[in-house]
Amino acid sequence: MAKATRQAFGEAIARLGEKYPEIVILDADLSKSTKSDIFAKKFPDRFFEMGIAEANMIGTAAGLAFAGKLPFLCSFGCFLTGRYDTIRISAVYAQANIRLVGTHAGLGIGEDGHSQMGLEDVSLMRALPTMGVFQPMDSKETELIVKFLVEEWKGPAYLRLTRQTLPDLYPEGKVFEPCKLLSILENKNPKALLLGTGAGVSEAVGGAEMLSKQGISTCVWSAHALKPFDEKSLHSICHLFELVVTIEDHTVVGGLGTCVAEAFAKLNKHPPLLKLGVQDTFGESGTPAELFSKHGFSASEIVKNVKRFLNGSV
Amino acid sequence: MYTPQELRNITKELRTWIIEMITEAGSGHPGGSLSCIDILSVLWLNEMKEKDRFILSKGHAVPALYAVLSKMGLLAKEELKTLRKINSRLQGHPDRVRLPVLGASTGSMGQGLSVAQGIALGFKIDKKPDSVFCLIGDGESQEGQIWETALSAPKFKLSNLCVILDNNNGQIDGYVSDVMPIEPITDKWRSFGWHVLDIPGHDFEKIIKAFQDARQLKENGGTKPILIVARTIKGKGVSFMENQIDWHGIAPTKEVARKAVEEIEKNG
Repeated sequence: MAKATRQAFGEAIARLGEKYPEIVILDADLSKSTKSDIFAKKFPDRFFEMGIAEANMIGTAAGLAFAGKLPFLCSFGCFLTGRYDTIRISAVYAQANIRLVGTHAGLGIGEDGHSQMGLEDVSLMRALPTMGVFQPMDSKETELIVKFLVEEWKGPAYLRLTRQTLPDLYPEGKVFEPCKLLSILENKNPKALLLGTGAGVSEAVGGAEMLSKQGISTCVWSAHALKPFDEKSLHSICHLFELVVTIEDHTVVGGLGTCVAEAFAKLNKHPPLLKLGVQDTFGESGTPAELFSKHGFSASEIVKNVKRFLNGSV
Repeated sequence: MYTPQELRNITKELRTWIIEMITEAGSGHPGGSLSCIDILSVLWLNEMKEKDRFILSKGHAVPALYAVLSKMGLLAKEELKTLRKINSRLQGHPDRVRLPVLGASTGSMGQGLSVAQGIALGFKIDKKPDSVFCLIGDGESQEGQIWETALSAPKFKLSNLCVILDNNNGQIDGYVSDVMPIEPITDKWRSFGWHVLDIPGHDFEKIIKAFQDARQLKENGGTKPILIVARTIKGKGVSFMENQIDWHGIAPTKEVARKAVEEIEKNG
């Protein structure tokens, strides 16, 4: 069922809490927003309200990990990753087995505006050695990633989640392949690859459907892992396209578009890359739809961008 | 258990190791290492039980910790010569991945105390009897994160957390009391809900007694975390380094080191 990925996270971690007593959650006065309150109600002795003090929360979580716990620490992505040095030293350099959960990703939060939007969080987290950076596109994929983070991932990881509801896109019955690109929509003789992450994937699917009606065939893939990024799959499929477009609700400096550019730099030949997302500027207030459109990565803006490129290049 | 007299002799030796190690490395922090070596020695040699943990939040004083660990047989004396050298486990600031006994990775001020709190909280959830000790600096106490933990540890009733403040009144840019005063420091921590002890930081009888008091408070069902304010002298044991800000973060030359070692061995 279509849900905000924060909601899917809150439900998934509360379920996993039954089987894994080592899971503990810390929150910094945002448990109603991050949906860690579901876990808190079920396991009050394993939930720690840290107040509005994120740096202390990060260090405390690292300590809990050193005492054998598996801490998930929740806040808005911007506030959490804003305490960068504490993440860098206390958690990552020290190889604390913790899961940072940053909700309220991107312009998608809407009216609250720039100060509450995680817009550089992926870039910041990707820069840290060994850090895993994950972003699901819908509720099913969120469940799968949360399970993966509990059962398989070792070391620090960052999970990026949305405030807004995202439509169901995960293919029915598909076995989860962690850290691999996933095909969402295949079409014959495609011109462009639309590669999205998080909220960008549903915009890509919307754009692909509109383009298809106008006789332009595209494929849609999604990337739930921004680190480690699946360069191998990208290398094997990119030659099928005249154009690769990345779509992300995040700055294009250091996010998915940069992952693809870094992967392409290793090839002698690759298609041109169009990086859609927040174009090295600030977020602002507005409805999510207005913001996605103004900043150029709504479904209809994807259509315009792809057509502009294909017309220009013909 | 070592007697105060035995500890006086041991710390004399460890002070010479600190000087030699930093001299060999060609860089490091003698001032703050010499101010906390007496506390660390009592803590590790006398007080800490096998499963207790220690976090050095003021990570730049790590030569003092390496010296104590070596004295305890947890590091070979030879290895002290590798301090700050390529591929060494003895990084310039603590790295728990290379050397797990360090408990945390520190060096960016204000962070280690939060980590110590997390371990103490973990012990508490699991109803473990073990304690967590953490050494912080007075310059470090200018960091906001220290006060975030000062606020939170009493909320969680962490009587298994014992913090020692190495109050040597020195930091890179000058005296703490000039750079950014932290006094009245005992009043501040008490008002945050901590049990505070205030002791002279080079008096072994008093240091031993403070740790005994801290343990008793915990064992008698106390609910407050404990802070021991140790009034120390930066560069303690080497007359020309004592209270000299310039000795915060530079290594002595071989000749100066020789003089320092001679003086330590002569006076203690």
